[in-house]
Amino acid sequence: MRPTTFISSLFALLAIAACGGKSDAPAAATTAAAPASTLTPWQVEHGVGPITEPVELKAIDQHEVTEGKALFDQRCASCHKANERYVGPALGGVVGRRAPEYVMNMILAPDQMIQKHPEAKKLFGTYLIQMPNQGLTPEQARHVVEYLRTLPAPPAQ
Amino acid sequence: MRTPTFRHWRPATFVAAALVALAACGRPTRSSSASDAASRVYVAPGEKDEFYAFFSGGFSGQVSVYGLPSGRHFKTMKVFSQDPETGYGYSEQTRAMLNTSYGFVPWDDSHHPELSQTAGVPDGRWLFINGNNTPRIARMDLTSMETAEIIEIPHSAGNHASPFVTENTEYTVAATRFSVPTPQRDVPISSYRENFIGALTFVKVDSSSGRMAIAFQIRVPGYDYDLSSAGKGPSHGWVFFTSYNSEEANTLLEVNASQHDKDFVAAVNWKRAEACIAQGKGTKEPARYAHNTVGADHIARTEWGTSVTVITPATCPGLAYFLPTPKSPHGANVDPTGELIAAGGKLATVIPVFSFSKMLAAIEANAVDTVIHGIPVLKYESVLAGEVPEPGLGPLHTEYDGQGHAYTSMFVSSEVVKWDTKTFQVLDRIPAYYAIGHLMIPGGDSRKPWGKYLIALNKITKDRYLPTGPELTQSAQLIDITGERMQILLDFPTVGEPHYAQALPASLIQDRQLKVYDLAHNTDPWATRGEGEAGVTRRGNVVHVKMTAIRSHFMPDNIEGVQVGDSVYFHVTNVEQDWDVPHGFAVTGMNNSELLVMPGETRSIVWVPTKPGVFPFYCTDFCSALHQEMQGYIRVSARGSSVPLTANTTRR
Repeated sequence: MRPTTFISSLFALLAIAACGGKSDAPAAATTAAAPASTLTPWQVEHGVGPITEPVELKAIDQHEVTEGKALFDQRCASCHKANERYVGPALGGVVGRRAPEYVMNMILAPDQMIQKHPEAKKLFGTYLIQMPNQGLTPEQARHVVEYLRTLPAPPAQ
Repeated sequence: MRTPTFRHWRPATFVAAALVALAACGRPTRSSSASDAASRVYVAPGEKDEFYAFFSGGFSGQVSVYGLPSGRHFKTMKVFSQDPETGYGYSEQTRAMLNTSYGFVPWDDSHHPELSQTAGVPDGRWLFINGNNTPRIARMDLTSMETAEIIEIPHSAGNHASPFVTENTEYTVAATRFSVPTPQRDVPISSYRENFIGALTFVKVDSSSGRMAIAFQIRVPGYDYDLSSAGKGPSHGWVFFTSYNSEEANTLLEVNASQHDKDFVAAVNWKRAEACIAQGKGTKEPARYAHNTVGADHIARTEWGTSVTVITPATCPGLAYFLPTPKSPHGANVDPTGELIAAGGKLATVIPVFSFSKMLAAIEANAVDTVIHGIPVLKYESVLAGEVPEPGLGPLHTEYDGQGHAYTSMFVSSEVVKWDTKTFQVLDRIPAYYAIGHLMIPGGDSRKPWGKYLIALNKITKDRYLPTGPELTQSAQLIDITGERMQILLDFPTVGEPHYAQALPASLIQDRQLKVYDLAHNTDPWATRGEGEAGVTRRGNVVHVKMTAIRSHFMPDNIEGVQVGDSVYFHVTNVEQDWDVPHGFAVTGMNNSELLVMPGETRSIVWVPTKPGVFPFYCTDFCSALHQEMQGYIRVSARGSSVPLTANTTRR
């Protein structure tokens, strides 16, 4: 850079800086990658997302199972089967392998889970598909969990 | 000549340049420096604009959505023109939107967007726009930014003075730019004076659903009705229409329709019309017109209107008055107080400003020059509030800032003129590049303008942008009107002719934007609410494919047993329930369009294979990392082939 060009740039910068006013540009231009694991032990077990309180599993509620199955058929079955790997993993026995809160967080905040939770990250590496957020409410996700409880784990391979 | 570069400048020059730059940061000056203007229209990445602006597309037939002050284009709403990008007007669910009594009309010339109002202020519920060519009014829903309804206006030609709304959107109006024989029939054109008539149409808008219905038509002399504006506050209950060609010429209008010193603004009392009709003074006349509505199932259907109630000024005294107006007026624009009506005479040397209260007094005092077809012509001086002297050449259209200032576009002298609504004196003027038609201030035609910016809507750009062959862009110019003097900030190209526009603060509608259609409430008869319902069926030569789309596959993805000449209907349901995840659908050689299917929505399109083979279909909207994998095949066999109809709905 020629010295004169440098000086002119300097003046230009000074002039711009002096204008001030519009200083609402974000401080950092890029979002740095999230630091390794900052998850709490609770989050490691129960997942990251809107479910932050324990969910109690009682005797299976048939009414909720019916609701949950209808939701599952509409919003989940395009990618998940009970007993076979499909677009995503087989879900038979998933409640048991995972905490119900984990399953609900995966349903309600798949993007957060894939970015932050080591298990979800691992699954993303296996299936290579970003699981869509299907817009369920926490109550609906709870019904899906109730339905999933009725699906037995596939026989060991 | 050598181009100066920094290399040849002396240090003193830099100091001077920096000082100039610094000076520009202070109080806005007339010729704002580029950086000052830029900072005032700059919306940083990730930040949002302050206003939504809706620009008509003119001959594109659509409406475009922009942000202000940035001038960024967000979306083009599909209204009167087929859109092969989304399938609007091609898909089975949307084709009926473009039905008219003239048949399927897949285009129009859209001129004036108009926001619905409550208490004289834009309420952010609906946007209306007129189809100028095949007379229609469309209503867009501002939560989905999609066209919800189109109603055809019978007994009309060139629906120009439309679709301006009354104070509480009781009505949206329409009028004939071209008077025509009514009812239409085969007559000599030279019989214009006997047979050609005009119609002012009032379309009722349901206050909760927005649904339109033709309430009545007022039969008026065979002039050309151009623009209109509804009364507000004290003048609520009236609508003012401009007209030209009071000569009733039918050849070489550019000369023959400019003979009279004065044409007219028609002041119409619609409450009086309602009263006369209630007294049985309206007559029902046969008419056939299309009324196209999107139902709760998200499917457009056409109902046919069969009659219209007609009323004439002669049978309903007090319904309409003519205000003499110099030389072919264009706009007749009511100010925020509801007292003043500024009329832009395209060939006039002044801007006449009428007074509503004086008009009422003149009616009371019977200050009438003559009566035309039952319409009293009030004396010019008796209704005049004042004249803006020497405003410029070709005044067209006026809007207001709510601070006692009016702004009028000057087509011929290509400028915006600011004047005082008390003294009628010109306060400021600024050039427009070039040939400004309408202008727009957010809410500038309402009782409460957000008088921060003005948009000049220009017809011609000539040397303003990089040239693009014979066809050049049109443009809009953003002008700051907060100071004593107007200041141009930004110049941006537009989609189609930006004939007129409307704008409102983003906060009124941005949080009400629909994100997805609820799959659970998808009642399309061909909806596939989950892969379990996907499949194919044949009924004679018609094959129906019920198909789901989700990141990143179609179900079914392989189809066999289709034959040459079959009509194959693809009914694609996007089973996603996440915002901003539409899926596209297209088969090789489709003769109509591709589809763009919003989350939770079903869209259907027909494909008629013409030769045997195996043809791919795929998602056209880049939806995910595995978008390129989102594909399938359809096998087409010869007519009469024994290949059974099958669809793969498994992974294998």
